[in-house]
Amino acid sequence: MSDILLQIEGLKVHFPIRNTRLLGGVTKYVKAVDGVSFYIEKGETLGLVGESGSGKTTVGRAILRAIDLTEGHISFRINDQMLDLAQLTEKEMRAHRQHMQLIFQDPYSSLNPRMTVRDIIAEPLVAQQLATGKNVDERVRSAAAHCKLNVEYLRRFPHAFSGGQRQRIGIARALVSHPQFIVCDESVSALDVSIQAEILNLLMDLQSEFGFTYLFIAHDLSVVAHISKRVAVMYLGQFVELAPTEELFHAPKHPYTEALLSAIPEVNPDMEMNPVQLKGEIPSPINPPSGCRFHTRCPYVQDMCKTKMPTWQEIKKGHFVACHFADTLTLKGVNMPVAVTASD
Amino acid sequence: MTSTTNESIHQDKLLEVKDLKISFKTDEGIVTAVDGVNFSVKRGQTLGIVGESGSGKSVSTWSIMRLLPKNSIIQKGSSIQFRRKDEKVVNITNLRPTSRELREIRGGEVALIFQEPMSSFSPVYTIGNQIMEAVLQHRNVSKNEAQEIAIDMLDRVGISNPRQRFRQFPFELSGGMRQRAMIAVALSMNPSLLIADEPTTSLDVTIQAQILKLMRDLQQDLGMAIIFITHNLGVIAQVADEVEVMYLGKILERGTAKEIIHQPQHPYTQALLRAIPQLDHIGERLTAISGDIPSPLSRPAGCPFHTRCEKVMPGICDVEMPSPTQLTDTQIVYCFLHEERDV
Repeated sequence: MSDILLQIEGLKVHFPIRNTRLLGGVTKYVKAVDGVSFYIEKGETLGLVGESGSGKTTVGRAILRAIDLTEGHISFRINDQMLDLAQLTEKEMRAHRQHMQLIFQDPYSSLNPRMTVRDIIAEPLVAQQLATGKNVDERVRSAAAHCKLNVEYLRRFPHAFSGGQRQRIGIARALVSHPQFIVCDESVSALDVSIQAEILNLLMDLQSEFGFTYLFIAHDLSVVAHISKRVAVMYLGQFVELAPTEELFHAPKHPYTEALLSAIPEVNPDMEMNPVQLKGEIPSPINPPSGCRFHTRCPYVQDMCKTKMPTWQEIKKGHFVACHFADTLTLKGVNMPVAVTASD
Repeated sequence: MTSTTNESIHQDKLLEVKDLKISFKTDEGIVTAVDGVNFSVKRGQTLGIVGESGSGKSVSTWSIMRLLPKNSIIQKGSSIQFRRKDEKVVNITNLRPTSRELREIRGGEVALIFQEPMSSFSPVYTIGNQIMEAVLQHRNVSKNEAQEIAIDMLDRVGISNPRQRFRQFPFELSGGMRQRAMIAVALSMNPSLLIADEPTTSLDVTIQAQILKLMRDLQQDLGMAIIFITHNLGVIAQVADEVEVMYLGKILERGTAKEIIHQPQHPYTQALLRAIPQLDHIGERLTAISGDIPSPLSRPAGCPFHTRCEKVMPGICDVEMPSPTQLTDTQIVYCFLHEERDV
């Protein structure tokens, strides 16, 4: 597969917990991301879902080298060469930052209230010295136009804008450096329903125009299903399943995916929600359970799950899962749309 | 006027709100957050209120407990009639916010749970302490009895080891647990009306599903009515008997959950349903609603949605607010498209 833009191998991010006593060293680690491997193809959207505390945001930030990783490789295609970002120093990394950007969740706290919209959008260009003088203005204007922002807005400050417009400013800032890869971290979660649709459409339009590759992190499964070509499900620092969107939603192979899907409230009063009841709560990532991390809550748990960690295997082309019983379990996905069953 | 009027409301109804108009005095001028809203809640039923930010969904319901900021004004002519446990109907707008009667109703008969379970608990008291506080306030019981009631409540909302949890502080519980504990506080007084303001919005889907189920089960056991406020149409479809759609301080449409989801008649409701990604239409382009929600400071004249409505009729929609049109026994829409007009 030559179209791979990004290949992640064995990514681990552990945060040390420092002892509060004087001279106390590090005794424990929060294993936020603990061995994750996947790839993203050029121009596709990979959705990443998981509950709070599953480590999905940390994966996104680690790929951007916004936080230090503990272990692993991040191969990123730059000028047709795979470059391991994990090996680069901070300084070397700077030269490559223009290729990757981040769109944040909260359009209120992610824009500096003391900068004008123009300065906010121009910041990546200035910080990375990608353009000077008139060139900056030109690129800012073009980015703003692509995000359907009025040119006269550029002189204003962010407080004058609504949530949807602020998010457009955030998107314009992300695309001004002409990146290849954009991490969207809950980028539409804080928006109202009517605004959210517009931003999702904008992201998809920009993708088809510029060929962006997205890692789309969100907790709302319907949103992720809508925008992603493939979806990965994360639980307690590890991937449990990754598959093409339709396959993941209609034929999940991991019990956790099944539970997540069953909990989506359907916009249909005739269809009663019947969620798989998971036992207890998500365990602490400081002391993750032995064996399969999901075994403490899994409705299909067997003795083997408690001791042996399942391997991350490709059970069907493009469908990866980490479960000992992926082949034998019959799990329920969301209801098949009529059109798909008919054409099969 | 006396606070207890004998204006009776229909036997089935627990609450009847008429012509509710609430404004806020701000530095920028008077902002009308709720503008002439009518709704009612039947005993033991769930009324869902859907709306985006600035729709007035929270303000209109918080006013039932008179829990509005000091700069708020409930305009003359508004009425909130509530049937108390002894069947006496009171008009809450006539009560002083500090009056004894209102304090009995607040917490005792109408309870409230909200979105952020962390900020709604005091961090310096134990969970048990905070449930006991509610019980001691409203019931004539000893501390030991109150403790037993609190532990029993924690058990009922599905918290394991209630005796141990009773002694824990809010930060020691996870988000889902805190939301359960808040429901325990709210229900410890056996209220006849529970106002749930986005109770599951900050929770993960699996936890949200648990909380929704819990609320449904408790409603069946205790027979209370619920006003469920949310922006999530999926949640509304799952919990509500009746739904009311709000936009910029006005109700635009009301009906049973089935009517609103399957046969929405207002262009706003229709647009809202098209704008959400649905799992049986994966990959289809969403139909966004153009424009932004106008600021409540510069509310458009006429129908508040006309600035974004694709079926807007200039000269009509931007002039006056349409009056209600009764479509079925249960469905009402406020839209000129449905109004028979002799122009």
